[in-house]
Amino acid sequence: MARAKWLIPTIYIIFLMLPIYWLVSMSFKTTNEILGSFTLWPQNFTLENYRTIFTDPTWYTGYINSIIYVTINTVLSVTVALPAAYAFSRYRFLGDKHLFFWLLTNRMAPAAVFALPFFQLYSAIGIFDTHLAVALAHTLFNVPLAVWILEGFMSGVPKQLDETAYVDGYSFPAFFVKIFIPTIAAGVGVAAFFCFMFSWVELLLAKTLTAVAAKPIAATMTKTASSSGYELGLLAAAGTLTIIPGAIVIYFVRNYIAKGFALGRV
Amino acid sequence: MARITLKNLKHAYMPNPVNDEDWALKELNLDWDDGGAYALLGPSGCGKTTLLNLISGLLTPSHGSILFDDHDVTGLPPEQRKIAQVFQFPVVYDTMTVYDNLAFPLRNRGVDETTVNKRVLEVAEMNDLTATLGNRASGLTADGKQKISLGRGLVRTDVNAILFDEPLTVIDPHLKFQLRSKLKELHTRVPNTMIYVTHDQTEAITFADKVVVMNVGEVVQVGTPKELFEEPHHTFVGHFIGSPGMNVLGCEVKNGQAYIAGKRIQTANKASAKAGKSEIGVRPEFVKFAGRGLEARVVKVSDAGRFSVVEADSAGGRVRLLVEEGGAIPSDSAHLEFDPTATRIYTDGWLAGREGQP
Amino acid sequence: MNKTVNQKAWFFVAPVLILVAFNAIVPLMTVVNYSVQETFGDNVFFWAGLRWFEEILRSPRFHDALGRQLFFTGTILAIEIPLGVIIALAMPRKGPWVSVCLVLMAMPLLIPWNVVGAMWNIFGLPELGLLGKTLNMIGFDYNYTRQPGDAWFTLILMDVWHWTSLVVLLAYAGLVSIPDAYYQAARIDGASSWAIFRYIQLPKMKRVLTIAVLLRFMDSFNIYTEPSVLTGGGPGNSTTLLSLDLVKIALGQFDLGPAAAMSLIYFLVILLFSWIFYTVMTRGEEQ
Repeated sequence: MARAKWLIPTIYIIFLMLPIYWLVSMSFKTTNEILGSFTLWPQNFTLENYRTIFTDPTWYTGYINSIIYVTINTVLSVTVALPAAYAFSRYRFLGDKHLFFWLLTNRMAPAAVFALPFFQLYSAIGIFDTHLAVALAHTLFNVPLAVWILEGFMSGVPKQLDETAYVDGYSFPAFFVKIFIPTIAAGVGVAAFFCFMFSWVELLLAKTLTAVAAKPIAATMTKTASSSGYELGLLAAAGTLTIIPGAIVIYFVRNYIAKGFALGRV
Repeated sequence: MARITLKNLKHAYMPNPVNDEDWALKELNLDWDDGGAYALLGPSGCGKTTLLNLISGLLTPSHGSILFDDHDVTGLPPEQRKIAQVFQFPVVYDTMTVYDNLAFPLRNRGVDETTVNKRVLEVAEMNDLTATLGNRASGLTADGKQKISLGRGLVRTDVNAILFDEPLTVIDPHLKFQLRSKLKELHTRVPNTMIYVTHDQTEAITFADKVVVMNVGEVVQVGTPKELFEEPHHTFVGHFIGSPGMNVLGCEVKNGQAYIAGKRIQTANKASAKAGKSEIGVRPEFVKFAGRGLEARVVKVSDAGRFSVVEADSAGGRVRLLVEEGGAIPSDSAHLEFDPTATRIYTDGWLAGREGQP
Repeated sequence: MNKTVNQKAWFFVAPVLILVAFNAIVPLMTVVNYSVQETFGDNVFFWAGLRWFEEILRSPRFHDALGRQLFFTGTILAIEIPLGVIIALAMPRKGPWVSVCLVLMAMPLLIPWNVVGAMWNIFGLPELGLLGKTLNMIGFDYNYTRQPGDAWFTLILMDVWHWTSLVVLLAYAGLVSIPDAYYQAARIDGASSWAIFRYIQLPKMKRVLTIAVLLRFMDSFNIYTEPSVLTGGGPGNSTTLLSLDLVKIALGQFDLGPAAAMSLIYFLVILLFSWIFYTVMTRGEEQ
């Protein structure tokens, strides 16, 4: 029994990898091979699908758009969340508990409920179809999340640190930037990771709030799938490319993930 | 209850130890008498906990064997060794009541409920837990939790030995004393073999009949607190036990006699024939100022209540000595005299004449 | 930690408050506004009172969507939570394999949701997909675009694939936070592996599992993109979950009133269930 234990995670990981393998393998096949015969791996290995994506602006600008708004969102979410999380972890003030709970309820809000009002609101203030629109919309669920995660990390830092710094003559901003943030660097990393993750994977709002100029890669794919029939190879290649940024990010934060989850703050 | 014998026991955490340092526990032969109260004393990282976990079966030794009353238990898991262990941080089963916590080891062994009830009440009484039996264990204070951990060990009637791994670390100072005397009292009521791991000499000396002193993976001396004080078998023991610790002075050896800066020092033992670094060890209690003897210069005097600790530099190094309140302390140069019955020669750290024998 | 009372802390919270309020309150007010009015286009609105709410609450269409939603959420919770715990228990605690496991397991969590849908769409195709082809080869008549049962099977399998890792990571984090001494004490007390699970591991995982259940509940209730790419709610309406229906009404038919009323009911249902879950699961912890 104990010896067969490794089988369970192994089988699970194989199960996780199969659909990914199928997607990657299909991205290296020609359309003829995909539609013509069932093959387990590419018989006529081709990079044609990738060449199309990297040379056709309607494809590659999608990636650039996605990366731009995800970055804006991550920076914005973490920046505004830092002082707020500090306030929640250090001070009691009028309405603090209600405010914290209200922030968290936004994490429960279905994107579908907000899609249409967002569309109207952002059109009204003239930022429809900009990177900022998507980044702002995603702060709805990422800011509460970042506050929640950071508050957990900050509560773990003893108050004596703050007091010592003031005694040593630091002003609040200097203390916060030079001492406090480096102390909770791991927390900032975890918060940024989750902001990146939820902004990167979300599509409904991103698609609703963009038309041409800021259209995310994911939306480009949906369009290909429906409009131009079965360009499966191209779709698979585009999908494969969307997995890569996530994989890179996970690799860098792998040691922090468990820690972030351990706080139970996701 | 049982006598515990360790035979050629050795342990390394890595698969292929090469150097001496690779062994967390160096080769060891030791007998623990049935019903004895032992302390395992040494600084952090000296291998005490490793030795304890080898006895309880949480670790399997890389070498050698462990016998309980001449039965080889080396390959047995902890649950079959009939051992109880109390850990540094109190372990209680949070979701259970105090009663269920105490009953847990018995119920796991299929003991009938009447016996369980009888034993639990008995042990609760011994540990002052009767009043809290119905409470959730998670709500207790650290010392209450530690009493539960201890109770889970006492509740079983088949226990060969109870092992304590620095059990007072997280207890408030004023409760430490209480809990320690509780342990001592329990030992007289339940004459189990008890092994108590600690890095605190006071804890070790007040609890144990016999103290096993360890340093860097080996046992350096086994003895009563008195023996450790009066005749340290290793400079480490002299240094680690006693406050201030034993003076260790560099010396030369000629014809079995010790000399510091050409001056002969009378000692209780003879230098061994073996070559090695020679040192003289003498406790501060056995050094006094005199008209003649080793020349020294007083550099520091600190008042410690009934006596003063005087530090003086000699050719052999810094010497500490105790001067009773009101005793004369020379202001600068002085002569020191060592009590010959309490002054010993050490070779490479070990007492000359019995190297390597704890 | 005892916190000091300091009303100036509001200045620290202000940026978050402004940002979230702009994003949450304005749209929510818009929704409330629509939900009590009727429009025939051209920005002309008439007061409709609670008519839309009544209509939605009585409509079989909403009941069916809610029923499907509850079935979906119930099923995936019943699979993902125990499965996640089992996998977390079987994972190594130390060594180089931990990182490998964590990185590989976190992969599905970082794939854009429509790509997840597209991936399973391709994976399940009866003639071209690995899953579809295999199932058909071993004798099942599998076609998720035509048979509702197969669509549900694929949908649930996809969600298990996508989200079980979240439960695994949470449960695993709970497990590694248990000090070794607990396991050692349990061995010395002669506890069986079941007793270790029941009295040590499960109580220590309770907090993270509460969070896992809540998150999976909320997110599965909100799920839109993956099923919309995989089945588009079909065949027929057989896999039309709540948000799929909502988006159809709101963005497809532009029936703003009913869509808004439905949004509010939907949001309230989530809040209500989350609150019930939270209260039930944290009850007893306070005692």
